[in-house]
Amino acid sequence: MTLTRRTMMAAATALALVPAAAMAQETIKIGEINHYKRMAAFAEPYKKGIELALKEINADGGVLGKPMEFIFRDDQGDPAEAVKIAEELMTRDGAVMLTGSILSNVGLALSSFAAEKGYLYLAAEPLADSLVWQSGNPNTFRLRASTWIQAAMLAEEAAKTDAVKYATIAPNYAYGQDAVAAFKANLTRLKPDVEFVAEQWPALFKIDAGAEVQAIERAKPDAIFNVTFGTDLAKFVREGGDRGLFDGREVYGLLTGEPEYLEPLGDEAPEGWYVTGYPWYAFEDGTPEKAFVDAYTAETGETPKIGSLVGYLAAVSIAAAIDKAGSTDTPALIAAFEDLEIPDTPIGPLSYRSIDNQSTMGAYVGTLALEDGKGVMVDWSYKGPDGYMPSDDDIKAMRPAE
Amino acid sequence: MAFLFAQFLTGLANASSLFLVASGLSLIFGVTRIVNFAHGSFYMLGAFVGVTLMEILPGAVGFWGAILLTGLIVGLFGAIVEMVVLRPIYRAPELFQLVATFGVILVIQDLALMIWGAEDRMGPRAPGLRGVWRIFDEPVPKYDIVIIAITPFILFALWYLITRTRVGILVRAATQDREMVGALGVNQAWLFTGVFALGSALAGWGGALQLPKGGADLLMDFNIIGSVFVVVVIGGMGSLPGAFIAAVLISVLNVLGVTYLPQSTLVLMFVVMAVVLIIRPYGLLGREEVAGEHGQVGAPEAPIRPYGPVGRSLVAALLLVLAVVPFFADRFLMTLLIDMIVFALFAASLHFILGTGGLVSFGHAAFFGGGAYAAALLVFHTGTPMELAFLFAPLAAGLLALGIGWFCIRLTGVYFAMLTLAFSQLVWSLAFQWRSVTRGDDGLVNIWPAPWLNGPVPYYYFTLILGVGGILFLRHVIHSPFGYALRAGRDSPRQAEAMGIDVKRVQYVAFALAGVMAGLAGGIFVFSKGSVFPTELEIGASFDALIVVFLGGVKTLAGGVVGAGFMTVVEDWLTRLEYWRLLLGLVIIAVVIIAPEGIVGSLQTLWRRIRNTGDEEIAR
Repeated sequence: MTLTRRTMMAAATALALVPAAAMAQETIKIGEINHYKRMAAFAEPYKKGIELALKEINADGGVLGKPMEFIFRDDQGDPAEAVKIAEELMTRDGAVMLTGSILSNVGLALSSFAAEKGYLYLAAEPLADSLVWQSGNPNTFRLRASTWIQAAMLAEEAAKTDAVKYATIAPNYAYGQDAVAAFKANLTRLKPDVEFVAEQWPALFKIDAGAEVQAIERAKPDAIFNVTFGTDLAKFVREGGDRGLFDGREVYGLLTGEPEYLEPLGDEAPEGWYVTGYPWYAFEDGTPEKAFVDAYTAETGETPKIGSLVGYLAAVSIAAAIDKAGSTDTPALIAAFEDLEIPDTPIGPLSYRSIDNQSTMGAYVGTLALEDGKGVMVDWSYKGPDGYMPSDDDIKAMRPAE
Repeated sequence: MAFLFAQFLTGLANASSLFLVASGLSLIFGVTRIVNFAHGSFYMLGAFVGVTLMEILPGAVGFWGAILLTGLIVGLFGAIVEMVVLRPIYRAPELFQLVATFGVILVIQDLALMIWGAEDRMGPRAPGLRGVWRIFDEPVPKYDIVIIAITPFILFALWYLITRTRVGILVRAATQDREMVGALGVNQAWLFTGVFALGSALAGWGGALQLPKGGADLLMDFNIIGSVFVVVVIGGMGSLPGAFIAAVLISVLNVLGVTYLPQSTLVLMFVVMAVVLIIRPYGLLGREEVAGEHGQVGAPEAPIRPYGPVGRSLVAALLLVLAVVPFFADRFLMTLLIDMIVFALFAASLHFILGTGGLVSFGHAAFFGGGAYAAALLVFHTGTPMELAFLFAPLAAGLLALGIGWFCIRLTGVYFAMLTLAFSQLVWSLAFQWRSVTRGDDGLVNIWPAPWLNGPVPYYYFTLILGVGGILFLRHVIHSPFGYALRAGRDSPRQAEAMGIDVKRVQYVAFALAGVMAGLAGGIFVFSKGSVFPTELEIGASFDALIVVFLGGVKTLAGGVVGAGFMTVVEDWLTRLEYWRLLLGLVIIAVVIIAPEGIVGSLQTLWRRIRNTGDEEIAR
């Protein structure tokens, strides 16, 4: 038995080594897995952001003297399919690391897979807190500001008003539930006398907006916390506006100001909501933010979405990490990602914390207004995650022993 | 009281679109017996076409004119789909057409993405109908009132068409006995095309009419199809008044659910459907399916026999190749083969009840995902050793099948299918919503095999032995007396009963066995992927298995396995391409048209023709 097992292990090792030989080739390949069809509205700008970054990086001489290349693969939004493709990318296509996914569940599957097989995974878009906290592992890094951070920013603003009674509405799945929990925790900490009078949980993309609006109205809240997005948001805004739900009430909208969700609303964008988003139209000339917007618009002929920025930053982060590591083997790359610092990105300096592998990308917050029949964020500011994170001790307690 | 009334109005307004789409589906099913999964796609097309037309045509006349035109355009499109895709395969085994409609879904999805782009479209407002009227001081959107007023006219028009016109008489006659209608000289082909066009047009109108309350997006096809099926089944398939009552019932209950039980939004309608079906097995106004209708279209089936020497040596050769794969293949090929074997076992377990038992389950993923979850939960929460947790997967899935089967087995045909669907949705929502245990959408992660199995080669052999073992065991059961009893119950329940076979009990046991095998597949699956998410329990997962069984060939023993292998390879290839959904859809449609008996079935027919053996010899 021992002998057989040993033989098999030897065979397995030999097989595992085969692709290593194939890696000595022209380009440095990054495996990128996403839901290009199922979430086309989000994935397309994200991909264009990556392509813009790649063009700039390779025009600058690439990484380690070689051009960098992304292999884009569609996983149909299925975690199991994503894991299969990840295996192929790493063992057959010669990718040096993995990135991708918009959906948190696919991100979590890839993260678990990367930890088990000893690969590196950069989760660019997924928002789930557990990706770097409860289910965090040394092999997974995350770029975007998480649900917790963005909800905490809104809660901070909400705590400044005299609103006491709050209603929440969030899609009925992990993201919505985490967002409501984070908003509640932060708001209660800042303002212990708040009360949550209604919690609405429409099924994702199947909202019965009229009924939800009636139910919230019935609870007579002073303010509302909204997590719905996409078509749910459009229907909620329309019914709520028609029925006067938002009159005289503060509304806090998570992600509502992101172009992906704001632009389809057109002239029905809800004025006065305090939201997180991406005010690409309001950047001043001469800022790195504006430079990115101009470059993106010139390259694609489209205005950027937040996904464009995230895709761009993901590619830039990877290039920086490879340069810092000086090689493409995984342990060196992981070491490079920890405390990686990139001084000049469109959002200023960006670094990856070694405590939880989360980047320091923050979020734009501001108030929605209508300009020229379009929703825009005004009085906006960019906030880094510092001050919105749980304490280091809390994070260490949440992260499984490394 | 005023609040309740306002809620009721909201429910009625929601019901109108739902009723339109559902009545179309019900009509199509009633006459053509096609379970049209693509119906949601016609609804989506209606929304997109409507938006486009409304942008072109101005004013109130333009708005309502656009809605009217939308229905006509979508109806025309439906007619084309029916003539090109469905007409060639009416003589295929029952429910085979649903595979074709699945191909249509994929094609329409990519076409819509190409034509209208990825971004969501807000629906235009109905001119002059923005804002609210106050009824008992409660705000009610004006457009809601208008569509509440319109719906009865549509219902009346449909009712008039069906009960008072010659076309209606033909439609009703065809619903009751389409062979007889054909025998009386009615051109069935055009009747079917006409009904399909009308049904599609209704879906298109539903999509256009909801625009001022929502919009058009690329996910709306799948998002509505579940509730449409629920409505049609609760109302009774083929019944228009039933569809109306059910649409109102579901919509109003939903509104109340949102207010008084906000967490219920995921499952409420499936609970209602399950309750209705358990009390009234044919829906509120449906009628019992005519005995003998089931599985009896087309030529009588040849008796199933074990493979001869040639077949056996072929299978043995294939197994030998699989056994030596690790000596020359790379890691990814083994991963792909593991996926393929897992899917083949899952499909074979469905094929066992579907092909051999004649029980069409729309919810088989409940057992696959259920097994995966059972093992994963043990590992995740109690740190149970992998070997033990793995054994728990088929066990738990079997128990689940015993539980669900107890309710479902008493139904037949489409109603059985829909009740299994309802239960699988309940299991899904449990995994999705019970976050303290299942972690909901975040899934269970880090579920890896024991160290001695944790490598591509050992796990490959583990999968090969258990997966192929499971498939061979199922084949063995089919050839055993139990399998004969099961087939007797499928082909002629009455004669089987008369011979002393307790048909329902045999089916119940078969259902549980299929559950065990699906759970086994789920167990292998979860340890190969290292994680499990509610996606494995989704309706889509059940349909994946259903489609490969039909594609492979329901009436052949190897159908499930071959279909699964075919699909895994084709998907793995096509998803590398930009427009893979379009291509996959076209491949499915092509296979369906070229091989209406499924891949294996058609190959067998071809083989017989090449060997030049007449039917007489086959029946020997």
